[in-house]
Amino acid sequence: MKLTLRVWRQKNADAEGAMSTYEVDGISPDMSFLEMLDTLNEELILKGEDPVAFDHDCREGICGACSLVINGDAHGPERTTTCQLHMRSFRDGDTIDIEPWRAAAFPVVKDLVVDRSAFDRIIQAGGYITAPTGAAPEAHATPVPKPDADFAFEHAECIGCGACVAACPNGAAMLFTSAKVNHLNVLPQGAPERETRVLDMVAQMDAEGFGGCTLAGECATACPKGIPLMSITNMNKEWLRATRKAGKR
Amino acid sequence: MARTVWDSTVGKKTVMAVSGLVMLLYLIAHMIGNLKIFFGTEEFNHYAHWLRTVGEPFMHYEWTLWLIRVVLVVAVVAHATAAYQLSRRDLRARPSRYVHKKPRASYATRTMRWGGVILGLFIVWHLLDLTTGTVHSGGFESGKPYQNVVDTFSTWYGNAVYIVAMLALGLHIRHGFWSAAQTLGAGSRSRDRALKAVANVLALLLTAGFIAVPVGVMTGVVS
Ligand code: HEM
Ligand code: SF4
Ligand code: FES
Repeated sequence: MKLTLRVWRQKNADAEGAMSTYEVDGISPDMSFLEMLDTLNEELILKGEDPVAFDHDCREGICGACSLVINGDAHGPERTTTCQLHMRSFRDGDTIDIEPWRAAAFPVVKDLVVDRSAFDRIIQAGGYITAPTGAAPEAHATPVPKPDADFAFEHAECIGCGACVAACPNGAAMLFTSAKVNHLNVLPQGAPERETRVLDMVAQMDAEGFGGCTLAGECATACPKGIPLMSITNMNKEWLRATRKAGKR
Repeated sequence: MARTVWDSTVGKKTVMAVSGLVMLLYLIAHMIGNLKIFFGTEEFNHYAHWLRTVGEPFMHYEWTLWLIRVVLVVAVVAHATAAYQLSRRDLRARPSRYVHKKPRASYATRTMRWGGVILGLFIVWHLLDLTTGTVHSGGFESGKPYQNVVDTFSTWYGNAVYIVAMLALGLHIRHGFWSAAQTLGAGSRSRDRALKAVANVLALLLTAGFIAVPVGVMTGVVS
């Protein structure tokens, strides 16, 4: 396959960025999107040019490091991570626009790499349990009803990639935060911090400069892990419950 | 607690949902009341008079009406202030656009924003037109609402302003009712279809019910 790439290039956080156009040839439809970019970078390096910086790690869809808005879609046209997107989703001769995640809370570091440490601080605000866990406990020690376990697992799938923020017209982090809150709040292990968790994580989310939710639903459409929009509804419920309880004390 | 609620994006959205639902309840009653115009001058004017005497003898003349007006003003101000502040924040949170544009991305959000502005302007015009008579087209007479309504809808711009605003209202309620359910944590997967259906029915009934009045005047059914 022969492709025309229009890629966002930006030297550093303070520099002005712009789209640059590159031609790549000899791309196999079986390559992943990141392998296609590796091919481009090899050519750039041979020509003595600066390779395109982009985030990646596991390349198997589980770590949440890869990003990229491809033709306006976070993680591209398929419902998966960019590392698991294959070139067969495109056609020979296509022009592909590649941009970084865009949000005030995710500043560009270089080219396609953005700083997602705002997510880490949201987790630090309450995305953990305080019970000392030690070694793996005996499985029957703390029974969890099956529907709760399923609910927790569905939300635990969030890999913290930030596609939800990138897709949101308001740069909101509600889907990510709700996935983390719901995952722990439904389990007995997360119960002691049930109220402080949701209050603190939402407060941190606001402090980081993410936008508010207008229920546009773009986040859930973009999420490679299928975190549902109803996740946000449930976090709102938890937040209201915790606020009422805090008000009574 | 009030501070926590107002300072949080989730809390401010709750204020919007509650004030929006208060306005929605009022609009349902308002729409049903308006339809009395199809039963003649006497019935309509009598109904308008009754609005001032509701609750008597416990309430004094117009007390109930003023109570409702105060609740509504609080709701409108809270709703519009929260909408303005949240929208500003949302725009700041997404300062740079994508070069590759996809128009559908913020359809509901944008229609809610400009629709809200249209509704806000409409509320002002509507009060100056039919409550105080300040910008009324005919000779405004308080206590004669039937004639005042006929006068308003005898001008092309009276009809145009009203109908555009009611279409905006329909769109606003369509996304707003369902949104409010999510904001208040009342939505769920099993309830989602029912909530969307109720939102559509409410939007349709209110828009059609309100627009029936100017259409009635235009076609001469009400004169
Ligand atoms: C003063 C004029 C108004 C303005 C400026 C305004 C603006 C807005 C905005 C910007 C939103 C948020 C949209 C979103 O989250 O996507 C909203 C939501 C809403 N509006 Fe209004 N609106 C106005 C009047 C009304 C009226 C008259 C009603 C009564 C039916 C109403 C009912 C609602 C409801 C129920 C919501 C949903 C709240 C939620 O998302 O939780 N609004 N409005
Ligand atoms: S909710 Fe989905 S899109 Fe958002 S960070 Fe988690 S996995 Fe990524
Ligand atoms: S590189 Fe780990 S999820 Fe894509």
